[in-house]
Amino acid sequence: MTRVRIPPVLRVHVGDQKEVDASGATVGEVLTDLVGRHPGLGEQLFTADGALHRFVNVYLNGRDVRYLESLDTTVGERDAIIILPAMAGGA
Amino acid sequence: MARTPVREIMPAEAADLIAQGAYLIDTREVHEWNAGRIAGATLIPPIEVLDRIEQVAPDKSKQVVVYCAAGARSMRAAMQMAQMGYSNVASMAGGIGVWKQEGRPVELPDSTPAIARNPRYARHLVMPEVGPEGQGKLNESKVLFIGAGGLGSPGLLYLAAAGVGTLGIVDFDVVDLTNLQRQVVHADDRIGMKKTQSAAMTIKALNPEVKVVAHEEMLTEDNVDRIIDGYDVIIDGTDTFEVRYTLNDAAVRAAIPVVHASVFRFEGQLTVFKPFEGPCYRCLYPTPPPPELAPGCSVAGVLGVVPGVMGLLQATEAVKVLLDLGDPLIGRLLIWDALDGSFSEVTLRRDPHCPACGDGVLAEQRQTFNMPTLTPAAG
Repeated sequence: MTRVRIPPVLRVHVGDQKEVDASGATVGEVLTDLVGRHPGLGEQLFTADGALHRFVNVYLNGRDVRYLESLDTTVGERDAIIILPAMAGGA
Repeated sequence: MARTPVREIMPAEAADLIAQGAYLIDTREVHEWNAGRIAGATLIPPIEVLDRIEQVAPDKSKQVVVYCAAGARSMRAAMQMAQMGYSNVASMAGGIGVWKQEGRPVELPDSTPAIARNPRYARHLVMPEVGPEGQGKLNESKVLFIGAGGLGSPGLLYLAAAGVGTLGIVDFDVVDLTNLQRQVVHADDRIGMKKTQSAAMTIKALNPEVKVVAHEEMLTEDNVDRIIDGYDVIIDGTDTFEVRYTLNDAAVRAAIPVVHASVFRFEGQLTVFKPFEGPCYRCLYPTPPPPELAPGCSVAGVLGVVPGVMGLLQATEAVKVLLDLGDPLIGRLLIWDALDGSFSEVTLRRDPHCPACGDGVLAEQRQTFNMPTLTPAAG
């Protein structure tokens, strides 16, 4: 299982949890498993074609997966994933 | 045992002894000396006392008065002199700090710019990383705030206090009661007043030396280039994606760094977009989310202190950029979780294909601004 940090704007879809676990060997598999457990996240993260939305960034151990192998990036048990969608809030 | 030849004296007695022709030694560091000293003193930093005192004060039987900032270093220097055979050494209690508190005169080097004589900035002037030169830079700097709201409020206050010479404010809104839970640059009796005017009043009350430029308009494609022209740093505290993209593209064109922050409920994010040294906002998020996927603070709420903290971190980054200090958050996004009390960081990269700051645009910019070769963005 990999720990996935859920941003505040998306926590409503995961029962208000800050972090949730999901399993998979790649970033794509982990996110797909995550959406399977929390279906509300589906349209927030993925386009109809199954690609990541361009306003959502995913970081594996602090590095943007787009500059690694994108959704094919290998994930280890101890890796940490952070999901960061664009936030506008200037308060 | 012989009576110790070292005495601790009050500034009044020191002034008398100085008037009678005592040797006067200032045992502080050069940057402290440059910020002001007692007329007639000779600077001997603590580490140089043993080597230089006999040259400066050859007659060991004559009265010597030593002072420092608060009286500790001068006492140590006086003891050293006594061991070397000086028979009449006095250390001034409380140092030049008490001397000044008593309203006694302090001399500045002739070459010192007026800014360095300004006691308002005394705590900056004694720091070697700021000093008269850095304070002068701040005084000549122009910082533009996009929004005098939750993020802008603390930054406006602290940059005004810090003596940033010109603070521009872009805001067309008026102060509303619901703003006052976090927008501390405004006040209860100014509800209904234009935010630019309200912020200017607070800034003038805090530091009348700061010039405030009010831009009472909404930032748009049509006016953005004119509004940001001439500013050194921009602090982005807007709450719409549209304005963030408009600002980003114009700031990249004008090569002005943008200190970006956003807040949501208990969380904040912060980074510095310095054109071509790191990514821009468009590298990070090429397209905005649809409105239903990105609720703003008016819908989701925000803990009042969260924009306060993030706004001050923005102001901190702005000062770092202006004075070229430390490691600004270029290519790094800081995430603050107020509930956890934790900061985390992710690495951001400049997208070589970015329509705003990609390699094609960079080549043109390099010609326009005569910039050196690109340093690859961290990643």
